[in-house]
Amino acid sequence: MKKSSIKRFLGLFLALAVVLGMTACGGGKEAGGVDGDTIKIGVVCPISGNSAIAGKYITHGVEVVEEELGGKIKIKDKEYKIEFIYMDNEASEEKTTNVFQKLIEEEKVIAIVGPDMSKCALAGGPIAQKAGCPIVATFATNTAVTEVGDYIFRACFIDPFQGKMAAQYIWESGYKTTAVMFNNADAYATGLTDAFVEAYEGFGGTVVAKEEYSGSDVKDYNVQLTKLASSNPECVFFPNLLGELGLQIQQARAAGLNCPIVCGDSADTPEVGEVAGAAVENVAYVSAFSAEATTDAAKSFVEKYTAMFDGETPNSNAELAYEATQMVLYALQNADELTREGVRDALKNIEGLELPSGKMSMAEDRNPIKGGVVMQYDADGVSHYVSSINPD
Amino acid sequence: MTYFFQYLIYGLQLGSVYALLALGYTMVYGIVGMINFAHGDFLMIGALGTYFIAQAFESFQVGSTYPMLIIGLIILTAMAGTGVIASGVEAIAYRPLRNKPRMIALITAVGVSMFLENFPRALPFIGPNPRSFPTLFQAKNIDLFGATITTTQLVMIVLAVVTMAVLYLVVNKTKIGSQMRAVSMDKDAASLMGININKVISITFFIGGALAAVSGICYASAYPQVDVYMGSWLGNMSFVSAVLGGIGDIRGAMLGGFILGIAQIFATAINSTFGYAVGFIILIIILLVKPAGIMGRLVVEKV
Amino acid sequence: MKGKKWIKAVYPAAIVALIYLLVTVLRQLGIMNGYYNQVLMFAGINIMMTASLNLVNGFTGQFCIGHAGFMSLGAYGAAIVTGMLFKHTDSIFVFLLGLFAGGLAAMAAGMLIGLPSLKLKGDYLAIVTLAFGEIVRALLRLVKPIGGARGMIGIPGYANLGWILFFMALTLFLLRNLIHSPFGRAFIAIRDNEVAADAMGINTTKYKMTSFCIAAFIAGVAGGLYAHVISFIQPDNFSFTKSADFLVYLYAGGSGSLTGSVVGATLLTILPEFLRFLADWRLAVYAVILVLVMLYRSEGLCGGLELPFMRIRRKELYEEPLFGKKEKGKEGQA
Repeated sequence: MKKSSIKRFLGLFLALAVVLGMTACGGGKEAGGVDGDTIKIGVVCPISGNSAIAGKYITHGVEVVEEELGGKIKIKDKEYKIEFIYMDNEASEEKTTNVFQKLIEEEKVIAIVGPDMSKCALAGGPIAQKAGCPIVATFATNTAVTEVGDYIFRACFIDPFQGKMAAQYIWESGYKTTAVMFNNADAYATGLTDAFVEAYEGFGGTVVAKEEYSGSDVKDYNVQLTKLASSNPECVFFPNLLGELGLQIQQARAAGLNCPIVCGDSADTPEVGEVAGAAVENVAYVSAFSAEATTDAAKSFVEKYTAMFDGETPNSNAELAYEATQMVLYALQNADELTREGVRDALKNIEGLELPSGKMSMAEDRNPIKGGVVMQYDADGVSHYVSSINPD
Repeated sequence: MTYFFQYLIYGLQLGSVYALLALGYTMVYGIVGMINFAHGDFLMIGALGTYFIAQAFESFQVGSTYPMLIIGLIILTAMAGTGVIASGVEAIAYRPLRNKPRMIALITAVGVSMFLENFPRALPFIGPNPRSFPTLFQAKNIDLFGATITTTQLVMIVLAVVTMAVLYLVVNKTKIGSQMRAVSMDKDAASLMGININKVISITFFIGGALAAVSGICYASAYPQVDVYMGSWLGNMSFVSAVLGGIGDIRGAMLGGFILGIAQIFATAINSTFGYAVGFIILIIILLVKPAGIMGRLVVEKV
Repeated sequence: MKGKKWIKAVYPAAIVALIYLLVTVLRQLGIMNGYYNQVLMFAGINIMMTASLNLVNGFTGQFCIGHAGFMSLGAYGAAIVTGMLFKHTDSIFVFLLGLFAGGLAAMAAGMLIGLPSLKLKGDYLAIVTLAFGEIVRALLRLVKPIGGARGMIGIPGYANLGWILFFMALTLFLLRNLIHSPFGRAFIAIRDNEVAADAMGINTTKYKMTSFCIAAFIAGVAGGLYAHVISFIQPDNFSFTKSADFLVYLYAGGSGSLTGSVVGATLLTILPEFLRFLADWRLAVYAVILVLVMLYRSEGLCGGLELPFMRIRRKELYEEPLFGKKEKGKEGQA
């Protein structure tokens, strides 16, 4: 009896030896890039799952670029076909790693636009870095995202800057006390809260109440908001996700919080105004982009977008996806050679690129240098430009 | 503790949502004996359906709301529609598996739930957008012991209790009710007694679906945002409520819902950081004290 | 006879080695790429999760619906060892130590969650396990040193297909032997009729706890591998949705059959990837396929079947319960 089980184990150890002997091989860097005269660009976003709404806007944003190009791109006097491949990552890290592999190894894309969320970018980043494929994350604001390696870029500003923007706006508006309610299960919300609290207290303000809730599933914020109201803040800060903000704003007003409300850039979407109704008045948010901006790039983007999608106004998801794609196109046109490495080097050297949110350059740490705007909703749920905040 | 009553009202409000959904859940659960993971999605269909039906009746709109008659019509259409969908799902996906181990039906239920969420999401005119639920009832504030209760909250709480009472009477006092109980005890014997099992179970699903639509309308009136994924978490919570109350016990389902809602709200009130976890810890403690649910009696198993 | 037995025992190891060889050759030839590799890695992890869940749900007749909770503890346990404690030591032994630590962490929780199972049955036990999964998730995101809700970054990518296949084979091998040992007989006796098993002198308390602990340990190791594949974990990875996935793999594959766990987890991990050409309609079609499978093969794809090397004496174990008469439609009921 004992003997046979030893034998069995022997078999297994044999397998182990085989396995260990062969683990050395793995995916190295592959050329990828241009196949004949077709350039492929991957787009990764959540088409299904809880964040599907963001995926819809991202797809629309990239589709505007696709429409502009008409399937062709001229690089250094040579015309190439260009193809965008959309991949659903269900807002899941696991699926992101799958689609990254698919895009990089199977579709042989030259660069990837996306993913959108920090968590997905952090899971997919190492794969792109290892394979040597440049990615431009759309709104992954976590600082760690681009620290993964020199192939990882982003189109948005980072948490600390956004938190500072919100803090600066609140402080300069003369509000000395602020109450915060945030989703402690969400990386975006916790990151933004930490950044905001640090910056706001640095200005001299006081956070009088800090309440939490867990996850996007529970839509009842009454208790937290009642507690916030009892602390009599001059201003309230909601650094939460788009699917939650509408109800929070509405319930906040019902709980007697009639002070100004400030949100993060996720509030930049028509759904917030639609769900919150009249309660959305006096709600401000920080964002990378104002649909009211008067620059040519901004105007033409908003016009094209609205025309393509039945009068839908672009939100920051759509706009950042558009910008990320434009960054990749710029890099393609300025690359020394049409390889992934060439695109990476060109992305690193972006200088003065004209984008809807203004002129953009790439910083040393692969984060874009760009300012932000503060926007405010009126009672009809339309947001208006308030002020601009520039990085120091 | 100054806010005790206010928190209690919030707890009752959340609890009434759970309770209403759990009532329909526990009917199916008690009679057919299956865990219907798609029940929360019936709530979504009810709420989203109401949104679209209300749009169809847009021409009748007065100000931001509708005349009483139209509201009644909208709600009845949504209830009937959801009920029909629920019994349709039963006929297609659950009926062929009735005599199989019940875990099998549970997996089809997961599949049905995925379908009910992802099919409308992929349809271009529905999509993933969160939408604002139309105002069917203008809420007024009432002062009560220094706390504020809105008419919507009051209606929801009362509705949960009334529905429980009506369901209890239906199951215990009517002919169809006794047929349901017979089916729940022994399907084969019930069939031999001349009961049309398919009909009884279809009706059970219809009632369950219609109740899910009502809870969807209540939920969306209190938290006016509807999207295709709104039901999945609520479905889980109603499952928890139904089991907490005692499987298949209608009074238990209501109690379970209210207890779960109040526990979650008070846990959050004491400390919002740990509130979520504490709500579940309370649940475990209750079950350890009452292993067969609040209303259930432990049946001694015989061989 | 003796020689045959020996061959039987080497079967699984040989098959795994063959799969690995095949994969490697295909990769070298360029037919298989990193994408397939990635999907296969997740399939392997899912097989481990499903097989361990099978031990609790399929063989011991308990009803656990919070299995992702064990996985998360294992993932964090392993990641703490490799990514924090021994951050600067790049060695296979650190990796193995991490996996072991993850397994132990999950096992401790398994013991904790096994306790209520002594008192609770069926669906009541199920919601306790659901609550357990949610509590773990809620608590993990409050622990700031391991990243809280923002998750843990920079976990070294030690795991590769070779390691995962190895641990998968080890898991299946151990589970197979366990199920055919006196322990396994006791598990199955408890599943088929707990009261009768008790009356026959089986210490049901001990065996139920054992079942939970072993399953949790395996799930913990699987979680550790998972962490080292995607190199970034956060508590919300391991939500109830994930637990539900494993339930689907288990019952679609066929509960009470290890072969079923392998087939179910593999096919259902690959299917959503295979359906990518459907774009928007992908998950809706996946759901329809799932329902159809259950309707037309309701005992699961491999329900009641085991491959030759996974079983010992088929008759006793899979056709008739050990005690009492199996009633139609009553299997697994509280």
